[in-house]
Amino acid sequence: MLIIGEKLSIIAKRVREAMMKRDKAPIQEIARIQYENGAGMIDANIGPAEDGGEELMQWMVTTIQEAVPLPVCLDTTNYNAVEAGLKVHNNDYGRPMINSTSNDPERFPMLELAAKYNCDIIALTVGKGGLPADEHDRAAIAAEIMARAMEYGVPLENVYLDPLVLQIATTQDQALKVIKAIEVFKQLNDPPMKTVVGLSNVSNGCPKHVRPILNKYYFLMLLNAGLDAAIADPAEIKEAMEEKPLFDKVLNGEEIEDKEKMTVMKKTIDVILGNTLYAHSYLEM
Amino acid sequence: MAFTPPKESFRGRVYPVTIGTEVQETFGGENTLPFHRFEGEIPHRPLISYEIQDVPPQDWPEVVREPYSDVSDDPVKWAQFCQESLGAKSITLRLIGTHPDQKNLSAEDAVKVVTDVLNAVKVPLIILGSNHIEKDAEVLPKVAEASKGRNCVIGKAQEANYKTIAAAAMASGHKLIAMSELDINLSKQLNILITQMGFEKERLITDPMCSALGYGIEYTYSVMERIRLAALAQADPVMQPPMVADVGMYVWKIKETQASEQDLPEWGSLRERGILWEALTATTLMLAGAELLIMRHPDAVSLVNTFIDEMFA
Repeated sequence: MLIIGEKLSIIAKRVREAMMKRDKAPIQEIARIQYENGAGMIDANIGPAEDGGEELMQWMVTTIQEAVPLPVCLDTTNYNAVEAGLKVHNNDYGRPMINSTSNDPERFPMLELAAKYNCDIIALTVGKGGLPADEHDRAAIAAEIMARAMEYGVPLENVYLDPLVLQIATTQDQALKVIKAIEVFKQLNDPPMKTVVGLSNVSNGCPKHVRPILNKYYFLMLLNAGLDAAIADPAEIKEAMEEKPLFDKVLNGEEIEDKEKMTVMKKTIDVILGNTLYAHSYLEM
Repeated sequence: MAFTPPKESFRGRVYPVTIGTEVQETFGGENTLPFHRFEGEIPHRPLISYEIQDVPPQDWPEVVREPYSDVSDDPVKWAQFCQESLGAKSITLRLIGTHPDQKNLSAEDAVKVVTDVLNAVKVPLIILGSNHIEKDAEVLPKVAEASKGRNCVIGKAQEANYKTIAAAAMASGHKLIAMSELDINLSKQLNILITQMGFEKERLITDPMCSALGYGIEYTYSVMERIRLAALAQADPVMQPPMVADVGMYVWKIKETQASEQDLPEWGSLRERGILWEALTATTLMLAGAELLIMRHPDAVSLVNTFIDEMFA
């Protein structure tokens, strides 16, 4: 399991300010904490970065790799910024990853970079027209992207298919469809395709205290389906892995000693599987 | 071998809600989908409540104002007319005059109207505010108290004002409409929050927010359908209150019930058009799961009642 630390994102205020001021200390501190919690790669999300994206991505890559011996996941829609980042990336720490291509023609050029620099690439299974309806829709898009990757000369083992995790608070039925998509993706090739998710989107819009619970247990269910990588908070993944033996028991319908925890797990499983309707207070019912 | 049609049964049941004192009406209570009497029990017909207002209905189109032209200047006469002449089984008094953009009538004015109407009719009363968050939070607790013990329905409690309104409805022994804006998860959340205050879920009525035919009714339909399935198939206790469709208010403000025959002759008779629009909107939402319908035009009510009769025949 590859954990790609999600914390260095321009969406977070502290990170954004550090990026703008080119202040290395907060960036390196956050990278270090994620490394210590088990991240195998650090995501550097600089947004669309239309102005000065190339220089910013290079600064991010070198700043991160000065602090931790990890490869970087280059997260932007800006082609030139990705290429600039790849040029300075220290491959002694591992192959970098591009985040991301998709079935949208505007994102095809990212495959060109993945081939040229022999790096991994995340392929979001979305097209130009709206969100995928279910696992079959996602598989169809995945197959198209795989064909295109081969055209561009990207080996399929370098491609991580991403089913696109959606918010459980607004599109509850998609939670299970994404889990099924992971299973379906694995069958699209031999050796099986690699899979990745942007985990925390599942709990986007949920109350603060509910978010880690949903993230952790959703992750464990995805893991059981065969997930290979997750862009996530490594601290949450660490907790999830500690709870995995208990969670798997509850998932199997077995009793565990900690009844309170069992209830939380059961309620969360029911919400993820669509057995009960999600509400912000679902844990209190 | 004879063909046996498959039957679907559910483990959940909608709570029956009884309103009124001297004359009572009950709706809800079913353990099957709308009108699926071949699959389960539907002990009560959907209830249609006639809408009246505290102030004359100047913004209602002429077609729906006309049946009430002799009585609508006085809510008491209006309520009596609905009960005596139209055979209303329930009356909904909307306190629209309390809205700050309307006449901004005070809570005391509202209390007087509610008390007068309650003294004049026997059928169960549903008392609605003006759908102004702050003003409803001020007016509804007062009218709830003034009608204490009469087993009315008070509404509508929304996310931003449910606390005061639910507390007042609880203290005065009323039922309560909880309205959220076309979002099933928020609808469930509001019902949870209200029950967490100690309000019994069996006294709630869910309003997922209505819309008129042609104006997003498919969203209301879908949310209602999913709420009902959660109540029946998932036996979700906070999704088991019956649902209300506030039909008249949404139907009689759209173009199709207002555009004149001169302007749009191809649309046919304005009167027929409006009545059919209200009847069809109400019928559609009954099919989605609504058990309580708030309606305006007597002829539309008759059409819907005929439909219910046929479905229950």
